[in-house]
Amino acid sequence: MRILIIGAGQVGSSIAENLSESHKVVIMDIDPVRVSDLSYSYDVLAICGDGNNIKNLEEVGKIDLFLACTNDDEKNLIACESSKMIGDAFTVARVKNSVLFESWSRSKGSFGVDFMACSDRLISEAIIKITGTPAALDADYFADGKIQMAEFEINPNSFISNKTVLEADQFELLTFAAIITESEIIIPTGSTMILPGHRIVVIGTPESVKSFSTQLEPTTKKTQNIVLIGGSSIIAETASLFSSIKVNTTLITSGKDASLELAKKLPNTMVMCHDISDIRFLEAENINQSDLVVVHLSSDEKTLLISLLIKQLGVRRIVSIVNSGSYVSLFENVGIDVAVNPRELISEAIIGFTHQVNTEHIALLDSNRVELLEVEIGSDSNISGKTIQEISSSMPNLVLIGAIVRDEQAIAPRGDTTIKYGDHIVILTDVSVLDKVLQQL
Amino acid sequence: MNLRSNWKAALSLTGTILKWLAIALCIPLVVAVYFGDSIWPFVIPGAISLTLGLLFERIDPDPHMNLRDGFLMLVLAWVFIAFIGSFPYLISTFGTSSSLSIPINALFESVSGFTTTGATVIEDLSSPSYSKSILFWRQFTQWLGGMGIIVLALAIIPSLSSGGMRLLDAESPGPGVKKLTPKIAETARFLWIVYLGITFLEILALYGLHVLGLAPNMDFYNAVCHGMTTLASGGFSPAVRGIETFSAAVQWVIIPFMVASGTNFALFYKFMSDDKKVFLKDSEFKYYLLVIAALCAIFLGIFLTTGTSIGIQNDSTTISSFRSALFLTVSLITTTGYVNFDYTLLDLPIQYLILLAMFIGGSVGSTSCSIKILRWVIILKSVKSDIIKIIHPDAVVPVRFNNETLTESTIKQIHAFTLLFIFIFGISTILISLDSYRIGLNLSLLEAMGAVAATLGNFGPSFGQSGPMGTYLHFSTPSKLYMSGLMIAGRLEIFPLIVLFTRVFWKS
Repeated sequence: MRILIIGAGQVGSSIAENLSESHKVVIMDIDPVRVSDLSYSYDVLAICGDGNNIKNLEEVGKIDLFLACTNDDEKNLIACESSKMIGDAFTVARVKNSVLFESWSRSKGSFGVDFMACSDRLISEAIIKITGTPAALDADYFADGKIQMAEFEINPNSFISNKTVLEADQFELLTFAAIITESEIIIPTGSTMILPGHRIVVIGTPESVKSFSTQLEPTTKKTQNIVLIGGSSIIAETASLFSSIKVNTTLITSGKDASLELAKKLPNTMVMCHDISDIRFLEAENINQSDLVVVHLSSDEKTLLISLLIKQLGVRRIVSIVNSGSYVSLFENVGIDVAVNPRELISEAIIGFTHQVNTEHIALLDSNRVELLEVEIGSDSNISGKTIQEISSSMPNLVLIGAIVRDEQAIAPRGDTTIKYGDHIVILTDVSVLDKVLQQL
Repeated sequence: MNLRSNWKAALSLTGTILKWLAIALCIPLVVAVYFGDSIWPFVIPGAISLTLGLLFERIDPDPHMNLRDGFLMLVLAWVFIAFIGSFPYLISTFGTSSSLSIPINALFESVSGFTTTGATVIEDLSSPSYSKSILFWRQFTQWLGGMGIIVLALAIIPSLSSGGMRLLDAESPGPGVKKLTPKIAETARFLWIVYLGITFLEILALYGLHVLGLAPNMDFYNAVCHGMTTLASGGFSPAVRGIETFSAAVQWVIIPFMVASGTNFALFYKFMSDDKKVFLKDSEFKYYLLVIAALCAIFLGIFLTTGTSIGIQNDSTTISSFRSALFLTVSLITTTGYVNFDYTLLDLPIQYLILLAMFIGGSVGSTSCSIKILRWVIILKSVKSDIIKIIHPDAVVPVRFNNETLTESTIKQIHAFTLLFIFIFGISTILISLDSYRIGLNLSLLEAMGAVAATLGNFGPSFGQSGPMGTYLHFSTPSKLYMSGLMIAGRLEIFPLIVLFTRVFWKS
């Protein structure tokens, strides 16, 4: 595939690096210094030009995929629109502002954008995932949130430990997809034993996963109080997503006008205006009682110091949003529970999207040994019209159909369920056989 | 005092409105001709109105109005219209022993009409001194005053258009009245068309009941008369015992139209321009219905437990209690002032409740007066926000209404208005009491408070002698004049009138 990337910042260059192995990548930036740097570092064609200038775009010639990755939302939209004027490349835009994303979601394909990756939204969703199922080690959503995959560690006192899968599986619309042991990944059959120390991957509707997780560890209480520190758009987006799922959110920011604007935007969030480093204030507002604190301040250094200050108060979990990718591991080394880098997330989203055209969602489990894919069944699909039993006998060993979404409804995959055209299925597969599997679908 | 020269513009525009009042006077004239009544009560005021109008217009042939002149013009227009509106009463009762033959009484009745209050000084409506056409005029003044004379003027006088929004704001009861269309004249015209349309519907419904034999007393004349005063939330009735005269069916039909009169008319506009869910979405409308339901439940509970048998028609006691409770509630909240039974016969605590209910008011942008639901809700919300700030001193808690955040100054204005309303109520109660004491009239506290609340809140009937079946005739002349002022103040939401009494207003 010939890919044109507009913008050679952190996002653009990391995408270019990742895609250059298997694709022909052209990267365009206004800054000549960056351009020359890039052409020496990666195997890409780096050219100097403006993505909003249609003449520059024409000079690149025919392309299949157009990725607008500058840090300016409007420029990215104009670049996509311009690209549509001169060709039929598939366009992907990186945006920050979730308002733009919501407008685009109403009518996908508008602004000349075929796929939009919204960083504010991606981060807030990533944080929600961390808290949504508290016992889960990793959680991911498929088919517009109708299907959830989650990985749990089995404690010795858990109700399913030392039981067979058949005994443990009392949940409608929930599939035990895989059991991960120290050495291997087992696709369980009815007689497989679940032992303490194993990790179990379940796929099902969010409700069934939730009820499973509460039964697994009945003491785990739902994340109730979340404190967000900072006044960035990511913080605002996270607050509004959290309050939409009825979690108590408190937002603390300094700056009178900014706090008023945020308070207007967030009707269900308690907004406070105070100096964040004032430890007495943080104590008085019982920050240490909160279940999760998210910190994102104007500079990473501030974010780190405030995160550490809050950690010292005894908060259970802290998520820091770090602007510079190189700091991420540092944050986690000094005791911050999770450090999230917006640029990393957006690059991942765009790379993930480009990997496979009709693979809608990819979640990597356990250091890339198992892959979960969401696939829409096309009319020419090999498996359309077959039952699950037939499919599993014809496919390589490590394949499991974890969930099926038909007509917007999750249905439980059983051996005699027939896959139909238009279904969204979530499959679990070993990375080594991924390509084979995708061909067979 | 060095007066600003621009009062001329205000007077000139008042003249234009007076010219149109002469045309409005032709309608009762037609009624008079139809019933064979004397035509002079309408011809003479018409001629005076036209002459005055033309004279005033000559003061400033090319008027340009700014904000300050707008307030002056608003008050001038209302005063002159009320003044001329009293002439038909004076002329028709000239030489009789009727109370309306005394100028102050005629003025009180006219102000009470145009401000849609419904307080009366007529002792015996059935007396032959009151012709059908003069009683029609009494109803008609309320209908004109209901949607607002200035709104009507804006709809038909193009020269008012620029700066007219200020007038619309000042005259339409309540904050937050917004332009519905880009052109102000179009907005005003639309409001009047809705008003006219719903009035027409009610007349049809009431007359329909008569035709069906469900309302023997509701002839066409009465249907028109009551249609006009329901939508205006006025409360005048040509019938001696008000709505009590009419059957239960009539009372049921009037209730939804009273509810409509207390609804923000902008909602009707949005409903017609394809937003069918607007009534479900509007917070104020929901609170409005909630308040009606709650107050109705309280009244019903009281009526049923005390076994008060009031307003009984030929239906069962429970249903008739429910009807009376609902009718009273809706009449109180929309400040209409219709009564289907004499509530002064109820026990005192219930009358206290009625007095308090006069302070609630309907929605903004409706024809109802008093403090209004929106203000109460916003006050309660801002108090709630203050309480949160006491617990969390650094919390930023903006007050929201209908998904909009209100600015501090809006909230301050609402607090100021409500405080001023209650302050004026308190001061006026004392003034009226003292003045009545001066002429040897012993007024109970309930009667004094009731008279002020009913005039300032434009409800109409009060308690004791000036209850629903009584009159305000026994008050002294200064009291009546003062209460006329209260009615205009209440109708114009106090501030436009108050600013005229400030030194700042008159300084150039």
